Amino acid sequence: MRKTILEAADIKRALKRIAHEILEKNRGPGELVLVGIHKRGVPLAERLGDEIGAIEGTRPPVGHLDISFYRDDFRTRQPSEVSATQFPTGIDGTTVVLVDDVLFTGRTVRSAIDALVDFGRPRAVQLAVLIDRGHRELPIRADYIGKNIPTSMKEDVKVHLAETDDHDEVTIGSPK
Amino acid sequence: MIKNLLSIDQLCVEQIELVLRTAESFREVGTRTIKKVPILRGRTVCNLFFEPSTRTRISFELAAKRLSADVINFTADSKTSVTKGESFKDTAVTLQAMGVDAIVVRSSSSGAPQRLCDWVDASVINAGDGQHEHPTQALLDLYSIKERFPSIEGLRIAIVGDVLHSRVARSNIKAMTKMGAEVIAVGPPTLLPASVQSWGAQVSFDLDEVLPKLDVVYLLRVQKERQNEQLFPSIREYAALWGLDRRRVAMMKPEALIMHPGPMNRGVEIASDIADLERAIITDQVTNGIAVRMSLLYLMLSGADQDLEVLP
Repeated sequence: MRKTILEAADIKRALKRIAHEILEKNRGPGELVLVGIHKRGVPLAERLGDEIGAIEGTRPPVGHLDISFYRDDFRTRQPSEVSATQFPTGIDGTTVVLVDDVLFTGRTVRSAIDALVDFGRPRAVQLAVLIDRGHRELPIRADYIGKNIPTSMKEDVKVHLAETDDHDEVTIGSPK
Repeated sequence: MIKNLLSIDQLCVEQIELVLRTAESFREVGTRTIKKVPILRGRTVCNLFFEPSTRTRISFELAAKRLSADVINFTADSKTSVTKGESFKDTAVTLQAMGVDAIVVRSSSSGAPQRLCDWVDASVINAGDGQHEHPTQALLDLYSIKERFPSIEGLRIAIVGDVLHSRVARSNIKAMTKMGAEVIAVGPPTLLPASVQSWGAQVSFDLDEVLPKLDVVYLLRVQKERQNEQLFPSIREYAALWGLDRRRVAMMKPEALIMHPGPMNRGVEIASDIADLERAIITDQVTNGIAVRMSLLYLMLSGADQDLEVLP
């Protein structure tokens, strides 16, 4: 049995709030670059870009980042499909907001920061996630959070997005 | 993914497509200021070359280094243990004892990489064995064609020249036909093996007749060292009958590509001005070679320890 924790409208509201928070914290969209982490961070970053564009009139550049080549579990994990990494602009001196769907152990974000510094030297790096489910294994925290969800290690959180999975929904379940 | 790559026969269409797709991401890495990713940190790749090679060895070396692997180059020249009488097997066992994770092997003996697999735990990649195969060359050629055409399926490709002695031809005919291309082996009868049709290729002895139908003309190097085997009368006659010059290029479709695995003999199989045309994608092949070899090393070595745990 899976339980729905966010519906499409909840996701939209959460993203709108995060967009406002990003603008508030950074005093506007200047120097901002949003970078989505494949796979579901990418559509979320694009949506955040749209929200910020709707509020401020200028849409910040949005990049896509694949972290496959920076993972720390390479020795024991079968390779997954590698997606395209692309940055519309240089990131030197900008404030990069990394965007992902679920923050869990923090290892993906660690890999993403490693990857990011190969592309330039941002002035600051911030992190936005739709769900923070806890259980960090590294000293990493998010600056913007859609929803905090306390979970047990046995449970899994699934984010569905229209761009990748037909519809918007976040569910939690415990695989037997 | 497979542990060893000895022949194109080992790869199915889906695996070839995975290698080519992953290579696209490594091609992007090659355009960055920092052309290096950390994924193979702590891994060791040995280039074991018993035959002279510049581009293949450098390409594999760069591929491994851009993945952050450590690279050892073992080239059998006058100063190495091979000239001191060490056998192929002892060389392999020595490398095994030093703990290498992958061995890239080039040998003039067909089947040498296959033997190597029996002696070492490391992944073995065939970088050319005798007249047998050169699978990574075929994969980088597929990648280079795919960059210019939406699909390889249905393309008409001629492999021109010394098909008989060419491992590049053998691997390419297998790979291209596997991906759905129509391949024609073109050359003098003395340089086309009798079995070429059994590899899935058609045969023609008339280059001028097939040229207008082609999407890709793939020229093989004339192996000048085989001149004394009397397989063709002279270099000059070869150039006149099988060399790609301005007159022949004019017969080709405007979008058709010219390819060559290198090193080229300008003025023999390809006229010098033709090699520098925009449609001659020979330098693209070299650039893509690094990305395709990175893709292979990445796919073959990742998750390797997981497989070991499964073994008893």
